Amino acid sequence: MNTGTTVVRCEVDADGIALLTIDYPGKTMNVIDQAFMDSLQHCIDRVRDDASIKGAIVTSGKEAFVAGADLLAMEQNLDNTATDPLPVLFEKYGSLSRLFRNLETCGKPFVAAINGTAMGGGFELALACHHRVLADSPAAVVGLPEVQLGLLPGAGGTQRLPRLIGIQAAMPCLLEGKHVAPSQALQAGLVHELAPPAEVIARAKRWLLDSPRAVQPWDEKGFRIPGGNALDPRVAPAFVVGNTMLQANTYQNLPAPQAIQSCLYEGSLLPIDKALRVETKYLMTVARGPVSRGMVRTLFVNKTRAEKGLHRPAGFPPFTSHKLGMIGAGMMGGGIALVAARRGIEVVLIDRDQAAAERGKAYAEKALRKQVERGRMTADNRDAILARILPTTDYALLRDADMVVEAVFEDRAVKAEVTRRLDAVLPADCVLASNTSALPITLLAQASARQERFIGLHFFSPADKMPLVEVIRGKATNDATLACALDFVGQLKKTPIVVNDARGFFTSRFIGAFVDDAIGMVAEGINPALIENCARQAGMPVGPLAITDELSIDLSVHAGEAQAREYPDDYRPGRSVPVLRKLFDLGRLGRKAGKGFYDYDASGKMLWPGLAKLYPPKPVQPDPRDLRQRILYVQAVEAARAMEEGVLLSPADGDVGSILGVGYPAYTGGPFCFIDGVGAAAFVAEADRLADLFGEQLRPPQLLRDMASRGQTFYGATAVAVRQGGPA
Amino acid sequence: MDAFIFDHVRTPRARGKADGSLHEVTSVWLASRPLAALADRSCLDTSAVEEVVMGCVNPVGEQGGNIARMAVLAADWDQAVPGISVDRACGSGLEAVAIAAGKVMSGQADLAVGAGIESMSRVPMGSSGGAWAQDPTMSAKTHFVMQGISADLLASLHGQTRRDLDAYAAESHRRAARAWSEGRFARSVVPVKDFIGLTLIERDETVRPETTVESLSALKPAFTEMGRKYGYDSVALQRYPQLQRIEHVHHAGNSSGIVDGAGAVLLGSAAAAGKHGLKPRARIRSFAAIGSEPTLMLDGPAAAARRALERAGMQPPDIDLWELNEAFSTVVLTFMSVVGVPHERINVNGGAIAMGHPLGASGPMILGTVLDELERTGKGTALVSLCVAAGMGTAMVIERV
Repeated sequence: MNTGTTVVRCEVDADGIALLTIDYPGKTMNVIDQAFMDSLQHCIDRVRDDASIKGAIVTSGKEAFVAGADLLAMEQNLDNTATDPLPVLFEKYGSLSRLFRNLETCGKPFVAAINGTAMGGGFELALACHHRVLADSPAAVVGLPEVQLGLLPGAGGTQRLPRLIGIQAAMPCLLEGKHVAPSQALQAGLVHELAPPAEVIARAKRWLLDSPRAVQPWDEKGFRIPGGNALDPRVAPAFVVGNTMLQANTYQNLPAPQAIQSCLYEGSLLPIDKALRVETKYLMTVARGPVSRGMVRTLFVNKTRAEKGLHRPAGFPPFTSHKLGMIGAGMMGGGIALVAARRGIEVVLIDRDQAAAERGKAYAEKALRKQVERGRMTADNRDAILARILPTTDYALLRDADMVVEAVFEDRAVKAEVTRRLDAVLPADCVLASNTSALPITLLAQASARQERFIGLHFFSPADKMPLVEVIRGKATNDATLACALDFVGQLKKTPIVVNDARGFFTSRFIGAFVDDAIGMVAEGINPALIENCARQAGMPVGPLAITDELSIDLSVHAGEAQAREYPDDYRPGRSVPVLRKLFDLGRLGRKAGKGFYDYDASGKMLWPGLAKLYPPKPVQPDPRDLRQRILYVQAVEAARAMEEGVLLSPADGDVGSILGVGYPAYTGGPFCFIDGVGAAAFVAEADRLADLFGEQLRPPQLLRDMASRGQTFYGATAVAVRQGGPA
Repeated sequence: MDAFIFDHVRTPRARGKADGSLHEVTSVWLASRPLAALADRSCLDTSAVEEVVMGCVNPVGEQGGNIARMAVLAADWDQAVPGISVDRACGSGLEAVAIAAGKVMSGQADLAVGAGIESMSRVPMGSSGGAWAQDPTMSAKTHFVMQGISADLLASLHGQTRRDLDAYAAESHRRAARAWSEGRFARSVVPVKDFIGLTLIERDETVRPETTVESLSALKPAFTEMGRKYGYDSVALQRYPQLQRIEHVHHAGNSSGIVDGAGAVLLGSAAAAGKHGLKPRARIRSFAAIGSEPTLMLDGPAAAARRALERAGMQPPDIDLWELNEAFSTVVLTFMSVVGVPHERINVNGGAIAMGHPLGASGPMILGTVLDELERTGKGTALVSLCVAAGMGTAMVIERV
């Protein structure tokens, strides 16, 4: 007898067809949790036991079918199950898989009437049904995206999909986790038929009445996986090459795709019931590891919270920008203008002369041309967007602007001049945001008569692609301004983090710790190839020397000089400064000069051999494992310092910002998830060991020592209280 | 108890392709020819042989199901002779000799054969599959790369240039051609006839005396695309991050040839020598196998050689001649520099780059080759070694008696 919440309603019609409607009470989306499972099991039992029921249709009472597992509950549940004995855990992790297996083997035919999006566990439910009808609507996409959060489809997805469409077709589906549109889903064999949204249930019923089958192909005698199993000569090469490509792409930092590959390999050699057991084991392994936990927390839970206004002050009406003033039409200004115009905002794009302003618009034109060429946008749509961007030199056009972003040259005097000109024309309540990666907002605001309406919005380049905006609150910035700025970021469909105004804010300081330390390694006599390889292998998208060359050596040198000027009290020259200075003096200005840390030619780039003469290699090079640790730790330690100093408002901002903004490896979940995953005590011990080996930049701050001694974490039940209120 | 070598024979090595001279005989037939020759040459009462150990690297299909036993029966040896197949990848054949010797040395057999077979034209490389490359868990755990990538990695780590490797390869052809022209292999190479008695092959097919550094320099590196496009370079660099990149320097001309062939060594105790009228030619001083880092894979011989020397109570200068399977030029160049062996004393009659490497058969073949050379030159001691897939090495020390 089911006494819990009724998540799945069961109604039987006159033809003996049961309609199972998933309609989670009090939620806008159906998610899979214990109540869902109990309710579905109850329905399956009824369909099985009631002789008058011929078959069942599974559909949803919401717009979407089923969104997937309740990741929030799952993440929180990790601590509750931490001490469960192994057999109990195995039982728990296999429960959804067994439920779906019960459904497909109960003896009655089930059809999935997929009325809307079916993702993850939702699509796995559909795969367990004997027949699938999908609504032919752009909103009804299907897919198994678990891998993107460090998980795997553990309710039969890794087993039913290859049995349905073959291992080689299933491999990219599972490893990339992409959404699949209805027509592609039909073509790939993921569903049996498409139907107009209103007819999905009727079609499902017709199948049940006309040609029902209550046995899955893989339960038929003599079943063979289409295309062969993992040892089949037609399939084996896909594993040999696939295994290697996977390692080449992930550096073995991501357990989930590896586990998926193993599920495909091992599972294909087994009958379905044994295969599902193996899948459960791999699910358990990845779900209980730190990688999926960090990815779920940061890329799902905290990213969503940030987008829903984690730090938005309450009590201010929602702000919608209608007219944006974009000052500075360089690559950054052009990119921001494009994003705003795409969201329907009129943009006045201003630069010093008309030609410069036009160049900013040309950036948008070029980006959209590509979209149109690839068939992702209509020409009309493009023209409408471009019509919203007005390139000009005339500040007077901003008289009715409701939002202004300036992205002019990173120089306080230049920015102050722009601010004064804006003050002269802007309406009183218009927010003035400065896009800067390093200049102090509080000082920049002093050029304005309305410091409380001044705020920092640090976009990342290219602004039309990078998802993060770092919102910097100056000392004088008021709550209304912060609320407007966050609403504006939301309007641009970007993810905000909010930080206080201190040198390097959060993201620049965080990535700076990595690049500074890595260039310092060159001066220590560490083999530059080792530095670059270890950084990439630790999960950084680009080696630190390569990225410095890309940004240009002179930019780095000048940025250092600017920091020294702007923060005379707390600026400490980094370990990279002498090395950068040396290259600068030698005219090795980076990629644009054809020489920097690397030499560049038509065939590519090679590390400059002269580095070894300037900085003779140590006879004994450090252990690569220690270097990879050093690269991850030096940034995590810096993040902890930023937290200790009150630059960050919450660990979520640091984690989301580090991954979305400056390429800290996603598998870590960000520096704070990383520290939690290691455990504060173990982290402190390792950081101390690394500091003894490599220097004080790796020494953990007192905050971490206190957390270690108190057994605290940044997240969860044992979370440390975060200091609010900004840097002293 | 000592194990002595009484005799050894090998087949000529044929191109391991459809146009190779041995492609038309079955693997079992090929494997049985050295056994038949051994019995014939020594007028051996085969019923006295207590074990035939046979190395075979792809023991599947017609090489599967214990080819050693089939070879014994195909050779018309007495049915009382048992057979066992062993697989230690390229070390299989030498391991077969070691196991046979071990049986003799432990007093558990008086007469035994260590042999090897590989019909690479009929059972291609990789036929037996295996978890190493295919099972995602093992591929990741071992940082699996294709052997050619390992060879290029080893050369990159040691700074060997394409020219160094090609020069070694050209010399292998020169030495092999000289050895053939001077009849240095005559005592041990037995022509292969088919079942109607037609002679199929009398000489190794892949030796090209005209090979020079210049002619080799025209060949395209074989593993560049595999390394760069299919991720193998990246995986190798994950183990060896000190390298900026893998230099792709190996090609068909400085790697061992794919061939068909078989070989066998007759071993036994001093008592067996007397009983059967066999003359001991050499004594097995020691043998050893080691495991090494699987991605680099090919640097095992030095450690195997050291262990075998230590077990024999010997030092490198005590060895008169070295025989190291020429899987790739880099294997020998690296061994020479790591162990300190001059080129004049290693692979003096060429090797697998010139004559081919019939995987499971190479051990007995090169062991026999170096024994013949010790006898020809009046020298005393030799060390035989092979690099082995997945990071292993095997070695054996022999001494003339």
